[in-house]
Amino acid sequence: MTAHEPVPVDGNALAGPLLFLTTTDATTTVMRCVTCGRTDVMAHARVYATGVGAVARCPGCDAVLVVVVEHPAGTRVAMPGTAWMSSGG
Amino acid sequence: MTAGSSGWHAATVVGTQRLTETARAITLSAPGVGGALPGQHIDLRLTAPDGYQAVRSYSLVATGVDERVDIGVDRVPDGEVSGYLVDDLQVGDQMEVRGPLGGYFVWHSDDVAPVLLVAGGSGLAPLLAILRSRVAAGSAAPFRLVYSVRTPGDVWYPDELEAAPPGVEVALLYTRDAPPGWPRPPHRITAHDLVADGFSPADRPDVFVCGSTGFVEGAAALLTGMGHDPARIKTERFGGA
Repeated sequence: MTAHEPVPVDGNALAGPLLFLTTTDATTTVMRCVTCGRTDVMAHARVYATGVGAVARCPGCDAVLVVVVEHPAGTRVAMPGTAWMSSGG
Repeated sequence: MTAGSSGWHAATVVGTQRLTETARAITLSAPGVGGALPGQHIDLRLTAPDGYQAVRSYSLVATGVDERVDIGVDRVPDGEVSGYLVDDLQVGDQMEVRGPLGGYFVWHSDDVAPVLLVAGGSGLAPLLAILRSRVAAGSAAPFRLVYSVRTPGDVWYPDELEAAPPGVEVALLYTRDAPPGWPRPPHRITAHDLVADGFSPADRPDVFVCGSTGFVEGAAALLTGMGHDPARIKTERFGGA
């Protein structure tokens, strides 16, 4: 590993890990940020993927919206900075 | 853990094709995986003999066929998975596939609006799938692909792009080395590269941008700066490992 600033991808990367949560697709799910009030689709979130899981941050204020950890025993999702999620239109 | 409950399907490599010195196309047979929409991706899970697992997302370069997964992979410096896929993978090798995935970065072939595709390097992958599905569906929607690569040797499927059907424009941008006599000197994408008759903000094209995070953020900023509606600009960033 080289030591450098991690480069984020985006919420499209969470479609697979969140498959178990939704019957359709997570990337078009609309989320509201607790911190700044922005509402946006998951695809626009800034996602930092690491070996243990992924952290999705608000594209507006960088607050942590969602943390996803995939483990053989199951997938754990925490949504510390999400006021609500909506299936969208 | 059962394969079905977590969405993973066993898949077998049935074909590979060298695209460039650093990239290769891989075709998998994946029973149980349905046909994808153009723009969608899959997650790939590789398991080493010692049980170590790695998961990566790859966009599909062709879509619409059940149980068939076509991806293009570019070798990323220090990438433990991409290096294996590009250089070591062989027909018959096994892995697991989850997908098709994503509903945001998708083009629907019944949409008649002009489409502007902006690709940086291997970000071509999902945009190629969109282009191919336009042809397969017999769509007449005007298409323009702006494809930024470092050098002529980095172009994926040059013959196919050269033979783009009527209604599809392809503009190649070189950032490091251009072919001899190429009118545009090598440099990074600018607003000028994104200007074309029929694809201006007033034409309200649907715009798809895919590439590295830096490329996507740069191109999206240029497009919104030109007056394109941010709601019509769909972006997909990829990392590298």
